[in-house]
Amino acid sequence: MTALEKNILDILTEDARITPKKIAAMLSVDENEVKTRIARMEKTGVIVKYTAIVNDEAADESVVEALIEVKVTPKKKEGFDGIAKQIAAFPEVKSVYLMSGAYDLAVLIEDRSLQQVARFVSERISTFDGVISTATHFLLKKYKIEGTVTEREDADNRILVQA
Amino acid sequence: MRDFVNQKAKLLQPSGIRKFFDIVRETEGAISLGVGEPDFVTPWKVRAAAITSLQRGYTQYTGNRGIPALLELISRYLSERFALDYDPKHILITVGGSEAIDLALRACVERGEEVLIPDPAYVSYSPLVTLADGVPVQVECREEDNFVLKPEYLERAITEKTKAIILTYPNNPTGAIMTKEELEKIAAVIVKHDLLVITDEIYAELTYGKKHVSIAGLPDMKERTIYISGFSKAFAMTGWRMGYVCAPAAIDEAMFKIHQYGIMCAPITSQYAAIEALKDGFSDDFATVEDMRDSYDKRRKFVLHSLAEIGLQCFEPQGAFYAFPSVKASGLSGEAFAESLLKEEKVAVVPGSAFGSFGGDNVRLSYATSMQSLSKAFDKMGAFLSKRK
Ligand SMILES: Cc1ncc(COP(=O)(O)O)c(C=O)c1O
Repeated sequence: MTALEKNILDILTEDARITPKKIAAMLSVDENEVKTRIARMEKTGVIVKYTAIVNDEAADESVVEALIEVKVTPKKKEGFDGIAKQIAAFPEVKSVYLMSGAYDLAVLIEDRSLQQVARFVSERISTFDGVISTATHFLLKKYKIEGTVTEREDADNRILVQA
Repeated sequence: MRDFVNQKAKLLQPSGIRKFFDIVRETEGAISLGVGEPDFVTPWKVRAAAITSLQRGYTQYTGNRGIPALLELISRYLSERFALDYDPKHILITVGGSEAIDLALRACVERGEEVLIPDPAYVSYSPLVTLADGVPVQVECREEDNFVLKPEYLERAITEKTKAIILTYPNNPTGAIMTKEELEKIAAVIVKHDLLVITDEIYAELTYGKKHVSIAGLPDMKERTIYISGFSKAFAMTGWRMGYVCAPAAIDEAMFKIHQYGIMCAPITSQYAAIEALKDGFSDDFATVEDMRDSYDKRRKFVLHSLAEIGLQCFEPQGAFYAFPSVKASGLSGEAFAESLLKEEKVAVVPGSAFGSFGGDNVRLSYATSMQSLSKAFDKMGAFLSKRK
């Protein structure tokens, strides 16, 4: 990745809706150059997707999220990849990470209710061949999401003084 | 009953900018590009260090000069970042750069002596000179000279009463900087006329492109220079009120006494925060400062681009976080522009006239403002200007 692309990513990860024109102005480069770079990064998968960070609590959205620790016996040849990909295929699953330490896969899932999550774990994940055990932790409150503190401490509370 | 108020205090010009800010405050939903401080909150590590100092019970006075560890760190910081050589013995921690400016003037200026102020200038200098019984004398800095102080303008302003000159580079409100070569020319005039320099380098960390050069580091200048800086701008620490001043021994001694009797010492909690800011800076080459600077730079470029787009001419600022465009194209004075823009589009900028006699056709806008606000502000300014074409 070039320095320019890194700069573009820095700006986009701060505000994904900013226009190429504004990015171009901020970096003193041509707008078309920015468009080309973004297109390239989209194509090569550097940029996976543009999304909104939602604070469910503020949105009054009743969703339940859980972090499931999964212990797995790795398969010959494919190791953890096969089972990880199968778990990742479920729409309820938001993220799947291979971890070092006491367990193997960290699975973040989101569903409408506690029961739904429980059912998903017992009926879907636990039944996979190779899964040794699971431990489910429900998320209670989010203090910081994707680098952004939810209860904003950094709101602009500057007043006009003579400076 | 007698009139108890001192005449000097009474006659101080109430600032024009205050009245304007009162209107801004009452304008609901106004986007303000008027604020002269970073939009970053002080980095968490620094805040945490202050909290820790409180938990440990550090709530007392410190020595008048400041905490020795902080003086040592500042000495090292000035040496490593700006190649300046100041013994901790001659560094004094002040309540913001603001106190340092006041100390410098009160310690050196005699009644009736003239103090040169390159104009446009930061708003505090002229009133503080007056309070110190001096006479502020404006020296014009022109847009066509990149708002740099020219030796011939300086030479012309000097009389037998001239005692000192205040330099502010990088500059508030223009964003101008001065290169080593430009400073050398000024220094020659200063030495020739045996003047004192009060250099306010509070924005030294915020230059874009060229690295900051201090006049205090030029040959023969240290002994006639009072160097002022602080943590407000570079470390996003305005509310902590942390500044410092370095000066030759005799001046330092005089300032020390005024500080000792008038202030005692700068707040201890803030001093511990400043210690952490510097320690943290040394640990990673001031990455936090550099990151903030990069962020200002992106916005600076955006602002310059947008000003050109809406048809306002602007000198390219090289430092601080202000742009100082001319609004002549609108057919309005800086003041009328600022007032109408606030009324019609609810965008607040500061009229250039607030900064002296020579910026009347300009306005100052601060780009220490979120991209979202800057974007919106420029859309509105564009609309405002197209109505006038
Ligand atoms: C040029 C200049 N000097 C000094 C100050 C005062 O800063 P401090 O917060 O250190 O008192 C300011 C603040 O705006 C400034 O712009």
